[in-house]
Amino acid sequence: MKILVPIKRVVDYNVKVRVKPDGSGVDTMNVKMSMNPFDEIAIEEAVRLREKGIATEIVAVTCGVTACQETLRTALALGADRAILVETDVELQPLAVAKLLAAIAAKEQPQLMILGKQAIDDDANQTGQMLAALLDWPQAAFASKVDIAEGGATVKREVDGGLETLQMKLPAIVTTDLRLNEPRYATLPNIMKAKKKPMEITTPATLAVDVTPRLTTIKVVEPPKRKGGGKVADVQELVAKLRNEAKVIA
Amino acid sequence: MSILVIAEHDQASLKSATLHTITAAQQLGGDVHVLVAGHNAGAAAQAAAAVAGVAKVLHADAPHFAMPTAENIAAMALSMLPGVYSHVLAPATGFGKNILPRVAAKLDVAQVSEITAIVSPDTFVRPIYAGNAFATVQSKDPVKVITVRATAFDAAAATGGSGSVESIAPSADTGHAVVIGQELTKSERPELTSARIVISGGRGLGSAENFKMLEALADKLNAALGASRAAVDAGYVPNDYQVGQTGKIVAPDLYIAIGISGAIQHLAGMKDSKVIVAINKDAEAPIFQIADYGLVGDLFELVPQLTLALS
Repeated sequence: MKILVPIKRVVDYNVKVRVKPDGSGVDTMNVKMSMNPFDEIAIEEAVRLREKGIATEIVAVTCGVTACQETLRTALALGADRAILVETDVELQPLAVAKLLAAIAAKEQPQLMILGKQAIDDDANQTGQMLAALLDWPQAAFASKVDIAEGGATVKREVDGGLETLQMKLPAIVTTDLRLNEPRYATLPNIMKAKKKPMEITTPATLAVDVTPRLTTIKVVEPPKRKGGGKVADVQELVAKLRNEAKVIA
Repeated sequence: MSILVIAEHDQASLKSATLHTITAAQQLGGDVHVLVAGHNAGAAAQAAAAVAGVAKVLHADAPHFAMPTAENIAAMALSMLPGVYSHVLAPATGFGKNILPRVAAKLDVAQVSEITAIVSPDTFVRPIYAGNAFATVQSKDPVKVITVRATAFDAAAATGGSGSVESIAPSADTGHAVVIGQELTKSERPELTSARIVISGGRGLGSAENFKMLEALADKLNAALGASRAAVDAGYVPNDYQVGQTGKIVAPDLYIAIGISGAIQHLAGMKDSKVIVAINKDAEAPIFQIADYGLVGDLFELVPQLTLALS
């Protein structure tokens, strides 16, 4: 079984982003970029399925600028067999990415696609579900356990009050929640091997996909600063303040 | 053109996030219709009709809406939309996030996720980068597909409305997937995302056993219990306790963070709370920078003291 794992290059999760003074966006110049953490979980899940003998090939895919090749190399070092970059300088929004991935899926014919549930830059949480709709495949979003057997998938997924179990036929879309697995680190030999693995580069035009943004960003601002930093000496003072000053408890 | 809200409900009643979403819908201007897709969910449909500002409830009943999949609710919404609705909204909960991107993709329109303000019927404010920036975005698509951050809009009054309830034909079962089980956390406490007071514990609690000491405090305050990612990762509490960028977003009147250092991903989920209390032994912990009342000390002494002081 072939698994396609779409990944995204994002500002590293440890970076505190800054809004540009002109309000046009956040500053991503000279900022550390990494693979979206949920996508590392997606790669790890695919690798584990291969280790169990269920997956035979793992293809990592990303869409974006030339520098995304680095992120694909990371995916290859983590265990993907080959990589595809859909290269473009256009700002890609989730619908455009879903269309590009649908076009790749039509060529590659995977049985399973595993995506991160959301990217930590735009926090949109859309691409996997949109892709499932475009392909008319079943979806299991926010997965915390994936079992594949006999042409079907059984997926435990996180819902607001707990867990839900879905049964579905393949091909299907899975999006990863935090606790699906703990991704491994790339080892040095695997990083070296990754440099020799095949990487195909294509474009939206080749795939005949219109990636024109649908949403226009008018401005980006910093959130209002919260005035904190107040201290109390002890529990008695805390309770008194909560009762008489903040008036949030009786 | 009217506005469609997809109701999140448990067949008997509306989830509170639906009430907040209805308020957002009212700000857009236009008749607000609510889709209640369920099975034997007449009570939820009546509850929706009683919400102030709801013009009409569209009630679709089918066995495959009893434990619905995203595919089936999306198909239902899509069967109603063409030419009738300018906007379709759902709460930005696990329910809405699962369904609405399917609707948007099938309509070939963008989705605007987790809006926190409405500037005009085509322009919205939404958080990006874990709430470290807010983007104002405009959609020129013919239908606006929107998920709504419940904490950013007041709840619509649950009574006082006089909407009609119209039964509509359910869409066919897509057959894509079947829900074969649910394991829901049983709790007598208020729901985390709508509780007036939330008490959250972090890695500082040290164990699942120790985490239980927060229950006595929560009982005193009729509070919901939450947790930081570190506490969930360490297995102290179930996954659905997590407050933060990728967990639940809460904005209670009072948030008490206990043994939580305050990673930006956690702050993203709770910094809109009205009053924040932090208890932590590390006076340098980032949580104190946003806390209204910080108490530096050993939580194992302070939490029992606080519980006692509230008795």
